[in-house]
Amino acid sequence: MSEKELKTPLVDELEEGPWPSFVKEIKSLDNPKAKDLLGVLERSYRDKVGHWKHGGLVGVMGYGGGVIGRYNDLPDEFPEVAAFHTLRVNHPAGWFYTSDVLRKLCDVWEEHGSGLTNMHGSTGDIIFLGCSTEELEPTFKKLTELGFDLGGSGSCLRTPSCCNGMARCEWACYDTMALTYDLTMEYQDELHRPPFPYKFKFKMAGCANDCVASIARADMSIIGTWKDEIRIDADAVKEYAEAGDLDILVDVVSRCPTKCMSWDGQELLIDDADCVKCMHCINAMPKALAPGKDRGATILVGSKAPIIGGALLSSVMVPFLKMEPPYEDLKELVDALWELWGEHGKNRERIGEFIQRIGLGNFLDQIGLDPTPEMIAQPRANPYIFYELDDEDEYEDDED
Amino acid sequence: MSTNLKKRVTDIGPPHYEQFLPPIIKENYGKWKYHYFMRAGVMVHVGESGDQLYTVRAASPRLCSVHTIRFFADLADEFCDGYLRFTSRNNVEFLLSDESKVEPLIERLAKEGFPVGGFGNSISNPVHTQGWIHCHSAASDASGVVKALMDDLFEYFAEPKLPAKLRLAFACCLNMCGAVHCSDIAILGVHRRIPEINNETIRAQCEIPTTVASCPTGAIRPTTVNGTKSVEVIEEQCMFCANCYTVCPSMTLNDPEMDGLSIWVGGKVSNARTEPKFSKLAIPYIPNNPPRWPEVVEAVRNIVEVYAAGAQKFERLGEWIERIGWPKFFELTGIEFTKYHIDDFSHAGETFKRSLHFRQ
Ligand code: HEM
Ligand code: HEM
Ligand code: SF4
Ligand code: SF4
Ligand code: SF4
Ligand code: SF4
Repeated sequence: MSEKELKTPLVDELEEGPWPSFVKEIKSLDNPKAKDLLGVLERSYRDKVGHWKHGGLVGVMGYGGGVIGRYNDLPDEFPEVAAFHTLRVNHPAGWFYTSDVLRKLCDVWEEHGSGLTNMHGSTGDIIFLGCSTEELEPTFKKLTELGFDLGGSGSCLRTPSCCNGMARCEWACYDTMALTYDLTMEYQDELHRPPFPYKFKFKMAGCANDCVASIARADMSIIGTWKDEIRIDADAVKEYAEAGDLDILVDVVSRCPTKCMSWDGQELLIDDADCVKCMHCINAMPKALAPGKDRGATILVGSKAPIIGGALLSSVMVPFLKMEPPYEDLKELVDALWELWGEHGKNRERIGEFIQRIGLGNFLDQIGLDPTPEMIAQPRANPYIFYELDDEDEYEDDED
Repeated sequence: MSTNLKKRVTDIGPPHYEQFLPPIIKENYGKWKYHYFMRAGVMVHVGESGDQLYTVRAASPRLCSVHTIRFFADLADEFCDGYLRFTSRNNVEFLLSDESKVEPLIERLAKEGFPVGGFGNSISNPVHTQGWIHCHSAASDASGVVKALMDDLFEYFAEPKLPAKLRLAFACCLNMCGAVHCSDIAILGVHRRIPEINNETIRAQCEIPTTVASCPTGAIRPTTVNGTKSVEVIEEQCMFCANCYTVCPSMTLNDPEMDGLSIWVGGKVSNARTEPKFSKLAIPYIPNNPPRWPEVVEAVRNIVEVYAAGAQKFERLGEWIERIGWPKFFELTGIEFTKYHIDDFSHAGETFKRSLHFRQ
C-alpha cells in the first residue's frame, strides 16, 4: 500500500475546523503504519462498517493483561496494520509528567510502534495504539528500563486512577494520588495476572464532585468527604455578596439539597448536622467556603456500564473511613470482597451484578459488615422476606 | 534464553508521581486555599502561602502522535520549566508559576491549532472511545463524530457561557468503554440486528463451544446446517454486544444500513445539589453519515441551545429536565417521543443508596 499514493477524500474533510484534528495527527507521522491506518479508516467511512477483528490472545511473557490484540480484516490491502495491537501503559497517578519523560516515552514508541497514542485511554492508561506482535516484547523491555510498566486488561485489576486531588485542588478530602500509587503497587500481581471472574476497577475522587466519574465506572469508588463543619470565611462571603455576580440566596442557599443554609444579607449560616456534603455551596463560593477538617472518604461498590445486566452506579458500603497510610481497613475490605466474589462470582460477572444476584444483605453477612441505613435509599417495600431460622429462635428465646 | 529471562524486569508498577510534580505543587501540596478563573482556559490556584499556580488548559484530539506530544513537551520547557499534565477528559494542562507567560503560551497554542478552554460552565473535551480506528465492535467511528461535533460546538468550549458544566461523551457500542451512561449528553453507537452467521466459514474459523460460551445472555445455541456444525442466535435474547464476534469472526454484527447512533441526555456524576444520575434516551437512532454526521451534530446542538436558553444558573442539563419535566423537554426540543423511550428492562439496584447524600 505504501508504494502508491493513497487517496483519502472522506477522512481528509476532518482536517478542517477549529477543533484539533486526529486526521492531522495520523498524517503527521508519515510512516507506513500510519498510512495504512488512514487507508483502513477511509474504507470504513466509505463502507460504513469497521474493519477490525479480535482473533487470538497476544501479550508479553508472564502477563495476562496489558495488551489488547487487534487484527485487520483487509490484511492484503493494508499489510502494515494487519496486526495492530494496543499496549496499555500504567500512567503516573494524577497524569503529571515532565517534558523529559514524555520525550523518552515518545522515542520508545516511535522506534517500536506506530507513533500513535491516546493521552489517555478511558481507564487512565497511556495507550500505545498499533504494535505488531513481534514488537510487543522489545517495547515492554524499553518501557521497564524507563521505569514504566503495563496496566491491566481482561479479568485483571484495571489500572487504578484518580483526580489530581491535593496536588491541585483545595477540596481533596484525602490524598487521592498517594492512595492510587499505594494500591497500584500493592496489587501488581492482580493487575498483571487475571485472578477474578471479570474486571475490577478502583477510582479515587477527592470530593463529591467526582471529577473522575468514579461513582459511574468503578467497582470500588473511593470518594472524599468530611464529618465536621464547613469552614466559613465571613469576610470572603461579604466579598461575594458585594461583587454581585452571585445571588447568595437564589444561587447558593436555595440550591442546597437539604435546605440547611440561611442568609440574611449579612451572615451565612449552615446547620452542618443536616449538610449532606454535596459540595454545591463550596463550588459556588470557593474563596469563602471549604470542606471541614475531619476528613476521610465514603467507600461505594459496584458501578458498571450496561453489559450484561444493565448499568449500575456504585452504592454505599462504608459511609466514612479515614484515609491514612497504610490504609489497612480499606485493604481488609478489598480482600474480603475479592475473596467472596472470586470464589462465588460467575464468569464475567462484575461485583455489582454479583451483589444484585445474591442480595446486598447476604453479601454484607458474608464479608462481615453490619447493615446500616446509609447503604440504602429506602427500606424494602415488598414483604417477600426470607427470614433466617436462627434469628427467629433467638427471638423466641428472648421472650421466655 | 534463560539468561534473557533473568534480565527481564516485571511488576515494577508506574513511576512515582512525585518526581513529575513542579516545585510549586510540591510546596503547596494539600495546602491550596481557593481557586478562580482568570480568563477562559486559565484557572488560578492560590495557596495558603500566597503562591499562585496558573493552569492553562488546551484541547487535544485524544489520538495524539508522538510529534504533538513532543510539541507539548517543548512548550512546557519554554513556559513552565517542563511541567505538564493531562486531564481525565484528554485535555493537556500547562502548570505555570509565572503569570506573564500565560498569554504568550496561549498564543503559541492557538497558532499550532490547540485552542484553550473547557473550564467552568463550558463544554470540555468529550470523553470517547476508539471506533473504526481500532475496535472490532464499533457501530460507528468515535474520533470522527467527536471532531465534527466539537468543530460545531466550539464556541461552548472556548467560552464558559452555559448555565452549568456540560459533559459530552461518546461510546461506539453498548460496552461503553469510558462509561458514558452518566453524561449530560451521551452519544452511543448501536447495532440493531443479530449477528449474521457465515455457515461456510464458521467450522474453519471458530470453535463452537467457545462461541456458545462467549454470549453473556446465553443467546447462542449449537445447531447443524446442511450437515455441518454451526450455531444459531435466539433473536429475543441478543443485546448486540459483539462478544461472540470477539471469539468468532464468522458472526458479524457490522451493517452499513442498520448501524448508527443514539443520543442520551441528563446524566451526571457529581453530587452537587442533586444525586448522580444516568443519562436517559432522547433519540433512539440516527444513521451513520460520515465524514461529518450532520444529523447528529444538529441534534446535539439543538439540545444544547434549548437547554442554554431555558436552564437557570447552576442547573445541569438533567436538573433542568427534572424541573421542567420530560414532556416539556420533548416539546421544547421537538424530539419525537416513541415506544423505544419506555424502559422494559428491570433494575434491581434502584433502591440502593447511590450517592453521598446522607448525613455523616
Ligand atoms: C463489559 C463491557 C466492556 C467490554 C466488553 C469492553 C471491551 C473493550 C474492547 C474490546 C476494547 C478494545 C478497543 C480497541 O480496539 O482499542 C476496549 C477498550 C477500552 N475499554 Fe473497554 N469494554 C467494556 C467496558 C469498559 C468500561 C466501562 C470502561 C471504562 C470505565 C472501559 C475502558 C476501556 C479502555 C480504557 C479501553 C482502551 C481504549 C480506550 O480508551 O478507548 N471499557 N474495551
Ligand atoms: C481544583 C480543581 C477542580 C475544581 C475546582 C473542579 C470543580 C468541579 C466542580 C465544581 C464540579 C461539579 C460541577 C457541578 O455539577 O456543579 C466538577 C465536575 C467535574 N470535574 Fe472538576 N474540578 C477540578 C478538577 C478537575 C479535574 C482535574 C478533572 C479531570 C481531570 C475534572 C473533571 C471534572 C468532570 C469530568 C466533572 C463532571 C462530573 C459530572 O459529570 O457531573 N475536574 N469539577
Ligand atoms: S473530585 Fe473534588 S477533589 Fe478531586 S479534583 Fe474534583 S473537585 Fe477536586
Ligand atoms: S455542601 Fe451541599 S448540603 Fe452541605 S450546606 Fe453546602 S449545599 Fe447544603
Ligand atoms: S465502546 Fe465498544 S466499540 Fe467502542 S472501543 Fe469500547 S468495546 Fe470497542
Ligand atoms: S451479540 Fe452479544 S448477545 Fe448477541 S449473540 Fe453475540 S454475544 Fe450474544
